[in-house]
Amino acid sequence: MAVVERELKRVAGRAHQEGPLQEDAGRGPLEYRDPHQAVKIFGFWLFLATDMLLFACLFATYLVLRTHTDGGPTAWELFDIPGFTAETFLLLTSSFTGGLATLAMRRDRRNQVLGWLAVTMALGLGFLGLEIKEFAADVAVGATMQRSGFLSAFFTLVGTHGAHVTYGILWMLMVFIQVARRGLTMQTARKVFTVNLYWHFLDVVWVFIFTVVYLFGVVM
Amino acid sequence: MSETLRNFANTYLMWNEGPLIWGSDVLILLTIIGIVGVLTYFKKWRWLWDEWLTTVDHKRIGIMYLIAALLMLFRGGVDAELLRTQLAIPGNHFLDAAHYDQIFTTHGTIMILFMAMPFIFALFNIVVPLQIGARDVAFPYLNAVSFWLFFFGALLFNISFVFGGSPDAGWVSYPPLSELGFDPGPGENYYLLGIQISGIGSIATGINFLATILKMRAPGMSLMRMPLFTWSVLGACIMIIFAFPALTVALALLLLDRVAGTHFFTMLHGGNPAMFVNLFWIWGHPEVYIVVLPAFGVFSEVVATFARKRIFGYASMVSSLILISVISYFVWVHHFFTMGAGPDVNTFFAIASMAVGIPTGVKVFNWLFTMWRGRIRLSLPMMWTLAFIPTFAIGGATGVMLAVAPADYQYHNSYFLIAHFHQTLIGGVVFGMLAGMYYWWPKMFGFKLDERLGRWAFWFFNIGFYICFMPQYALGLMGMQRRMYVYPADMGWNTLNLVSTIGAYLMGIGFLFIVAQVVYSIRHGERDLTGDPWDGRTLEWSLPSPAPHYNFAVIPVVTDRDMWWILKREGREEELMPRPEEVKDIHMPKNSGVPFLMGVCFFVGGFGVVFNWWWLAVAGLAGVLLSLLSRSFQYEEEYSLPAEKVIETEISLGRL
Ligand code: HEM
Ligand SMILES: [Cu+2]
Repeated sequence: MAVVERELKRVAGRAHQEGPLQEDAGRGPLEYRDPHQAVKIFGFWLFLATDMLLFACLFATYLVLRTHTDGGPTAWELFDIPGFTAETFLLLTSSFTGGLATLAMRRDRRNQVLGWLAVTMALGLGFLGLEIKEFAADVAVGATMQRSGFLSAFFTLVGTHGAHVTYGILWMLMVFIQVARRGLTMQTARKVFTVNLYWHFLDVVWVFIFTVVYLFGVVM
Repeated sequence: MSETLRNFANTYLMWNEGPLIWGSDVLILLTIIGIVGVLTYFKKWRWLWDEWLTTVDHKRIGIMYLIAALLMLFRGGVDAELLRTQLAIPGNHFLDAAHYDQIFTTHGTIMILFMAMPFIFALFNIVVPLQIGARDVAFPYLNAVSFWLFFFGALLFNISFVFGGSPDAGWVSYPPLSELGFDPGPGENYYLLGIQISGIGSIATGINFLATILKMRAPGMSLMRMPLFTWSVLGACIMIIFAFPALTVALALLLLDRVAGTHFFTMLHGGNPAMFVNLFWIWGHPEVYIVVLPAFGVFSEVVATFARKRIFGYASMVSSLILISVISYFVWVHHFFTMGAGPDVNTFFAIASMAVGIPTGVKVFNWLFTMWRGRIRLSLPMMWTLAFIPTFAIGGATGVMLAVAPADYQYHNSYFLIAHFHQTLIGGVVFGMLAGMYYWWPKMFGFKLDERLGRWAFWFFNIGFYICFMPQYALGLMGMQRRMYVYPADMGWNTLNLVSTIGAYLMGIGFLFIVAQVVYSIRHGERDLTGDPWDGRTLEWSLPSPAPHYNFAVIPVVTDRDMWWILKREGREEELMPRPEEVKDIHMPKNSGVPFLMGVCFFVGGFGVVFNWWWLAVAGLAGVLLSLLSRSFQYEEEYSLPAEKVIETEISLGRL
């Protein structure tokens, strides 16, 4: 905790962040105590809003093209229930372990943070592995994204999510390295928090993909 | 060898396309040689890198946006003159059909995305932190990233003209016309990637300024004490955040269709072109308000300052701003009433479109009431504001005419539409941005732009503007369609077209006067020693011109709307002067070369995708990823400016 206290003093000494920002300085959870970091978290929320809208547009496109299979494979024929259930299980669990990393961060337990981040990344990799396997299986039976409007929309929507997960893992790795090297400071605490925020967001998007793409796909 | 060279020259440099291309190639080469030569001769490379390319200072970034916007106004303007020259007389063969298509495409795209957008961003950057009493924007580094993405996106789009060929499917680029099958060649890819790259930068700017306005205001500056320009930026940023993701998706999917063979918008294999049209206009309509809201903000500042009165109906100004931004999300279908969505859908969107006129009308009346009994000074910013009002009234009225869905079946894609949107875009955005440029120019550079030359520019541009666009309403009603490159002599359109072209030339002369004005004023412009040349009302005028790079030595405590004005009336200006004992060390963000390099990587990657040179695309993308991840390891983002240094600077500025 000594590190944090020292940093708090430094923050309080800054003439920089007066205004609405200042009001909460030094209070709240670790990642919010430095107004500088707090404003970054706020900005990150705004970014998530734009990313959410991006997915909303992809979902809308998918819904329009869902039935446009052009005589090719349909959702019902392609989707593999055990496969996407396992993916869902892995991702939801990873979101939980990511949450545990945040909690450990707030209690200032560096090693626990590292442990949970590692578990989260491992689960994320597992999810990615299954997704790649699923895509490869689809392509093997001729269900490529060039086959029909439906498949273009499917691969793009799910693939965009997968790309986000990939980036999330890379980013988490960077945060992992920094926490390992520097311990928990105001800055690394914020990074642990935001990378997990991102990770939860991907989880929420997946819940929609699970419902709108996979469940509707096999039910209808 | 010579065979390969010839092939290369013909395919990529389009060497067999004639003198227009050769001329441009030579000009571009000369310009590059000139720039490199001057920089080398005066040993300015280091200076360029240290002071500009790596800067994170919002005021400098604003100036770079401004320069880029003016250059793009020139490029788009040349395009416009070429188009109008072609249309001056019937049966003209100055341009052929293919060139005409390319030129209206680059004209529209450049004007909206690479002229209007950077112009508003210039003013965001130059004005907002100063108006809200902040040291900087919320994310200075991200701000530099935004600029360089815009810059390299625009560059990518522009080099299409001399390397590979320009896009030609219109600035809206509807599929299936813009699909690979109908539109081979790199032009359309340039369009998609150039806009995509700069669009990512725009989203970042929206996030940045929203966070800045919500979180960085000086103590005491409640939302309802915020200057109206800042309010308009707030509205525009919310709209950017909500609208641009739709554009990102529309462009990305069309790109996939073209380079990956997918079927989102094709006519075959289940694609649906109408989906593109929807996504495009879900962004596209809000976009026109994104660029015009800041202009409204400028008018509000200018009217109050030059009528020396408090703005009339501040609260209604704010609420109409918010209403405009909300309603503009419910009007997008008015761009394709004729697509046949049916009477119910068309009715809804027709009514919503007309409804936007109400809050806009409120604003216009408020400006008029502010002027009422004011002591008006007719300086350049005020002249452009006054010129805006009748223009926008006509543009608004014809807009409502277009919003009547059944009638739109007649005007759709005719010159009536062309006249309408130019009237609003030029009368609103261009006039507004010019007014803003004149108004804040002294704050940026420390001198005023010459009034006399500015008046010449004003009159040429304004008179030319009416001569150019009023005949087009008539032409539209007479049946002339947009995007016609040639027309027969017996339609009765000849005189009106000729008149319109003359108007376009007058506007071109107006622009040249602005250039002359800037060049002349650099030497001879009136120096602004007070920091408050217009007797302004808001905080930025309490600072010296140009503002020191830390903006405020001591962050002010705001007690009123129009605070600087009130302090001046009551003789209390001293309260905004720093006192030495209050000055503390200031933390400033460090310069960084990464945003510039990230822009370069985006450019390289985008270029690779344009030509399907995948190794290049991957290299560029890897660079982008590396620069993103490298930021994660940057810890020393700030340096500390010692209080003594600040005090020294303030003394040299005569403020202490
Ligand atoms: C000097 C002033 C200008 C002149 C003379 C001019 C002239 C023209 C002409 C002749 C066309 C082509 C019409 C056709 O053949 O269909 C056009 C299209 C267009 N202009 Fe302008 N323009 C000017 C300024 C602007 C500005 C300031 C903007 C936007 C901020 C703008 C936006 C557009 C757009 C979006 C199109 C449609 C392009 C398309 O059809 O895809 N113009 N303009
Ligand atoms: Cu519209």
